[in-house]
Amino acid sequence: MTAMPRLPRALALAARPLPLTPLSLALTALTRRLTARHPGILRRLGPHARARVLMDVTDAPVLLLLHPEEGRMTAHRRSRPPAHDARITGLLAAFLAMLHGAADGDALFFSGDLAIEGDTGAVLALRNALDDAELDLSAELAAIGGCPAAPLVRFAGLAERLTGYRLRRVAEEGRAW
Amino acid sequence: MVMELVCPAGTPAALRAAVEAGAHAVYCGFADETNARNFPGLNFSREEMAEGIAHAHVRGVKVLVAINTFPRAGDEAIWHRAVADASHAGADALILADPGLLAHAADRHPGQRLHLSVQAAAANPDAINLYAEAFGVRRVVLPRVLTVEEIAAINREIDVETEVFVFGGLCVMAEGRCSLSSYATGQSPNMNGVCSPASHVAYSGEAGETVARLGGFTIHRTPKGQPAPYPTLCKGCFTSGEQTGHIFEDPVSLDATRVIPALARAGVSALKIEGRQRSRAYVAEVVRNFRAAVEAVAAGRPLPEAALLGLTEGQAATTGAYAKTWR
Repeated sequence: MTAMPRLPRALALAARPLPLTPLSLALTALTRRLTARHPGILRRLGPHARARVLMDVTDAPVLLLLHPEEGRMTAHRRSRPPAHDARITGLLAAFLAMLHGAADGDALFFSGDLAIEGDTGAVLALRNALDDAELDLSAELAAIGGCPAAPLVRFAGLAERLTGYRLRRVAEEGRAW
Repeated sequence: MVMELVCPAGTPAALRAAVEAGAHAVYCGFADETNARNFPGLNFSREEMAEGIAHAHVRGVKVLVAINTFPRAGDEAIWHRAVADASHAGADALILADPGLLAHAADRHPGQRLHLSVQAAAANPDAINLYAEAFGVRRVVLPRVLTVEEIAAINREIDVETEVFVFGGLCVMAEGRCSLSSYATGQSPNMNGVCSPASHVAYSGEAGETVARLGGFTIHRTPKGQPAPYPTLCKGCFTSGEQTGHIFEDPVSLDATRVIPALARAGVSALKIEGRQRSRAYVAEVVRNFRAAVEAVAAGRPLPEAALLGLTEGQAATTGAYAKTWR
């Protein structure tokens, strides 16, 4: 297993009683924005867009269910996991690093940092589609909030250094040779 | 002279990452059964291929298009169209395996540079010279079953370039001939472009273990939290009689960094990194490390220390057949 930051347990416990509906609405809005701005995601998913993928972020208080074809992501209590076709399990830090191009999904899997169950084809298609989209969650969240991306991305850089979480897309370093 | 570094790209993002990281050439394929990495969510549309080639060419990087599965009788048009489209998009070379497709490409696209895919399993001078003379093949990708001495001996008897794998997934079979995946799933890299297709892979947690199955066959059982390999039959852990072990090969990856100087002395022209199914993070890190290595070898400097073990299957690496005797 790779050394990675974990969400503080106190934070996870404090968030547990919060209502899920507003969180699900926000996550769904983010999902719809991402699939609209990056149409290659659904194109690459093809028939796998129909798969319901459960993201079990082990240090988070809730489970997340992604249904790409319907553009929905919903939050669920751990005690009541929803029906799903595939399940990906790992720390929040592993998901964020993979999403932002800082870590390789296969390597996280080989090292035991990520585990998958169910429809392996759907998980691979999702991983490949998101990797090609080169997402930057900080920039996307800034756009949803209607604020300029640059300050938020700079703040995310500071937060990365303080927390160890990868919160922005890995910057291109320019040609090395 | 610097050996050419041939790097994988399963997506346009990975192609750009490879170019940025120092690839001399990038290899990729169309999103269909014409290439041997026909995995879900991977590969290039015709438009993406043309854009990718243009992006690479502006930066002085070549693009090699793999059309390296074997056409189905009656469906040759799919493969012929791939050859024509890659050629028209400006591919610097086509990587082919099937003699019929090689004949078609040589006949219909006479100016197009052709490489012989590892899927052709050409592992001796007679076979390689036949492909060179009959179809004008300019480079052969050698199977991953030869020692450095055997590669040197082959190079003394052929006039075409050789390319060898130096990193990534390790196929230990007669590539293009292996039917293990077909036996378990009905699909193979040779005809469908997939070895151990993800659609037939299932992981499940059972009694403190992660169980990996392919087409219903149990390939591995690993304690939860331990490195879990992808269930390919040739790297499976099987029980026979009272013995349990890896029959063909352990689930390890190839890392031939330390034999690059010997490969250069053996006359190898190009080094290939496996991993079109991997992410842009993998591509960037591996390419950057290997570019530093080939530059060091060309300049007569010691090889730089690489730290790529974390990217390998089983978190373990081998120099494969390059420095190995078979059981």
